[in-house]
Amino acid sequence: MAKEIGMLVVSHVNAIANGVSTLLDQVAQDVTIKAIGGTEDGEVGTDYARIQEAMDAFEEDKVWAFYDLGSAKMNLEIAMEATDKAVRLFDTAFVESAYTAASLIQAEVGEDAIVSQLDELKIKE
Amino acid sequence: MVEIDALKKWIELFGEAVTENKETLNQLDSDIGDGDHGSNMTRGAAAVKEKVSEADYDNLSDFFKDVGMTLVSKVGGASGPLYGSAFISMAKQAKESDDIASLIEAGLEGVQKRGKAETGEKTMIDVWSPVASALKEDKLTSDLIQDSVENTKEMKATKGRASYLGDRSVGHIDPGAQSSAYLFESLLKAGVLNG
Repeated sequence: MAKEIGMLVVSHVNAIANGVSTLLDQVAQDVTIKAIGGTEDGEVGTDYARIQEAMDAFEEDKVWAFYDLGSAKMNLEIAMEATDKAVRLFDTAFVESAYTAASLIQAEVGEDAIVSQLDELKIKE
Repeated sequence: MVEIDALKKWIELFGEAVTENKETLNQLDSDIGDGDHGSNMTRGAAAVKEKVSEADYDNLSDFFKDVGMTLVSKVGGASGPLYGSAFISMAKQAKESDDIASLIEAGLEGVQKRGKAETGEKTMIDVWSPVASALKEDKLTSDLIQDSVENTKEMKATKGRASYLGDRSVGHIDPGAQSSAYLFESLLKAGVLNG
């Protein structure tokens, strides 16, 4: 059964996004994880349209977003301004924090407790 | 007040400028970034041209919104959300005013909000900000634009991809500042300010 929070992982490279997602699946079989990477033609970059589409398509109302570099964040922010979902964006170490969040969402640890644990992994502004 | 035809001309000239200078922008970006700014902007310019050249607009806001959303969607690099946010912010402002100084000021605010950069951080803001100030006094010149670009050379990048280089970013012109210079040179050439 799906959990209350879904996860969106965004990278500049499709293989990185999918790789992170594969890693998270190990510890979070029941968490919805969507991975978006690269541009629409498979180049290195980020793609606003696919980010928006993925964000809006979650069945969960709460979406937690993790990203690698700055322009992924900017595209996520534009998508957040246009979505109905309650999206929370984490300026944290990409792989480590997504892994931590996935494990704890799977274990149904309280949201506040997860967030405070993720705070320690904040490395971006 | 500004006419939509002049604005279309502006964006068309900007598209031509980034396309003609694609390699220059890529080279500037190779020096301190990931080397694709010219290619990204060229792709964005082509998409914008396709979107707006044949369309009819009865208000400035719709025009700016189409330009902005196309850039956000098609550019691919960080310049997509940044330039896109500038034009989306201008689209909002165009509902209140058709004065070019206030429109560019809104564009600057859009870039700052999205990129969270201030002047002096070696970004496109270092061109947008002096240009916005000059426009308020009706004093925008090509020299002012060129000087603003040149000034980015000695700055140390603290925002954007170049910030990973730290002190090594000094001595290079910022590619986003250079493409912004093409934008405002095009504004001068398109006669938007004569309206």
